[in-house]
Amino acid sequence: MESISFNEEGSLMKLEYDVLKEDFSRAGEASSKIKKVLMQLGIDSKIIRRIAIATYEAEINVAIHSEGGKIFVLVKDDKIEVLIEDVGPGIENVNLAMTEGYSTATQQVREMGFGAGMGLPNMKRCSDEFYIASKVGEYTKVKLVMNL
Amino acid sequence: MNDYWHSVILEEDYCNGCTHCLDRCPTQAIRIVDGKAKIINERCIDCGECLKVCPFKAKGALVDGLEMLDNFKFNIALPSISLYGQFSKEFEINKLFNCFYKLGFDFVFDVAYAADLLVSRQLKKLQNKGLQKPLISTFCPAVVRLIQLKYPSLIDHIIPLETPMEVAARIVRQEVMEKTGFSYDEIGIFYITECPAKITSIKKPVGIEKSYVDGALSIESIYAKLMKIYDELGSGRHIESVQQASAKGIGWGKVGGQSIAMGIENYMAVDGVEEVIKVLDKVESGRISDVDFIEAYSCVTGCVGGPLNVENPFIAKSRIRQLTTQYPQEVDLTKYADVEDSFFEWNQEIEPLQVMKLDSDIKVALQKMTKIEELFQHLPGINCGACGAPTCRALAEDIVMGRASFEDCVVLRNSKKEGSEG
Ligand SMILES: Nc1ncnc2c1ncn2[C@@H]1O[C@H](COP(=O)(O)OP(=O)(O)OP(=O)(O)O)[C@@H](O)[C@H]1O
Ligand SMILES: [Mg+2]
Repeated sequence: MESISFNEEGSLMKLEYDVLKEDFSRAGEASSKIKKVLMQLGIDSKIIRRIAIATYEAEINVAIHSEGGKIFVLVKDDKIEVLIEDVGPGIENVNLAMTEGYSTATQQVREMGFGAGMGLPNMKRCSDEFYIASKVGEYTKVKLVMNL
Repeated sequence: MNDYWHSVILEEDYCNGCTHCLDRCPTQAIRIVDGKAKIINERCIDCGECLKVCPFKAKGALVDGLEMLDNFKFNIALPSISLYGQFSKEFEINKLFNCFYKLGFDFVFDVAYAADLLVSRQLKKLQNKGLQKPLISTFCPAVVRLIQLKYPSLIDHIIPLETPMEVAARIVRQEVMEKTGFSYDEIGIFYITECPAKITSIKKPVGIEKSYVDGALSIESIYAKLMKIYDELGSGRHIESVQQASAKGIGWGKVGGQSIAMGIENYMAVDGVEEVIKVLDKVESGRISDVDFIEAYSCVTGCVGGPLNVENPFIAKSRIRQLTTQYPQEVDLTKYADVEDSFFEWNQEIEPLQVMKLDSDIKVALQKMTKIEELFQHLPGINCGACGAPTCRALAEDIVMGRASFEDCVVLRNSKKEGSEG
């Protein structure tokens, strides 16, 4: 399994956000805040859009599928790295989870408009580098890198 | 005229420095400095929220007066569609339109009819597979400006079509020039406006070089006059037939009207700037996939809720809805069938307005951001607004940007005082 390292060396700024389990009414707040900060930094709007899509999906996944977690953003000279860590059931078959249309979402979650099985594939599509690691019964970690 | 012209203004004499408007401003464009509200020009989207909430009526909009008509040889009134909802049903709208002649205008044109002309063009855009969905209507200029300011990645979603006001002005100017022989400059076109953002789109348009409209009078400023003239307009006087819009065109006056006019199903109609912001956030995160068209209005209920209107937004909205059941669904549009589509379209790129940026150098911006985070940790975080900034975070930003100082925080100042006394 790939291990995910989050190297803070060379990081010019670090942002940190909590994501609570099943807090659907507030899910999306972290990605909104990240977007605002990146705009203030003057990051290109196309890159912001990609980060917005990816962090939103990540945030929803943590809220829906895990027991809660954190999102970290590192701004570096030439790239932005986003790390999403949660505590929870983990993913048994990561390759399967990465397949478009694969979802274990409950009926209730589907009724809320999630559970199309598109989140992880979209996150990957939006990033220049994408890493995912998970241990069943313990955690899921996702790392996204966007080059500036 | 500077780059960031906007029409909402503060009338200092009336402002007592209360913080009602601070909270309501969706772009955090207001600060209280020395006991008076100040608008940060480049951030103002002219939504008029501050105007609606000010208990002292200290906010206004830069509108023209009737004396402006003296500058032209031939004056045209374009009453906004929301005028349809401003009077109770005893008032007949065509007769109301006729009152404008008595106000000094030489011609009146029904803007809702221009909306009728736009319906098929807008539908065509929606059917264009090459365009990024969901497409966002340009009808509300405050929303367009909000996108330029805070959602630049959504600029591609904006339908580059003119508003009914601008379409009406183009059509009517050409016709009047042909009919009367007056030159472009001899004709004055005035929009009778419900909305400060529409004034801005006249003085400082987006998507076109120059507006065909010359000025704007607010509905509230002529409302009483119209009522009076209406009573005086006896049955004897010749009444021109000005009203020519269909129910669909009239429906544009309220939220949902554009979509209903197009007869589409997969649309979203959202009103109220706070909700608009939430929806744009969702669109930006790619989560709105089942919708092709969004009509978004900064004002609750749509344009009938415009701050320069007189009637309560919900009463006016209900009237518009009732009117759409009384007028024909279709009217004759053949007269303008040959007009090229480009006539209805914007011909300039919509630029992002990077006014949120802390610095043009990302390194410096990062340093400032780090400083902001640091300061923010030291502030009480209760967003009381007593310092004059809407939130503690905004104060931290202002300090770093050199617009405020740490001592402006009243809460910290008081707790320090208590500390030294105790
Ligand atoms: N943080 C996580 N913890 C545990 N399982 C996860 C996590 N993230 C994703 N999964 C698993 O991977 C599957 C696929 O995730 P993905 O985000 O692609 O789709 P989804 O969340 O089910 O639906 P959508 O994202 O389209 O709303 C999920 O259904 C879930 O089983
Ligand atoms: Mg998902």
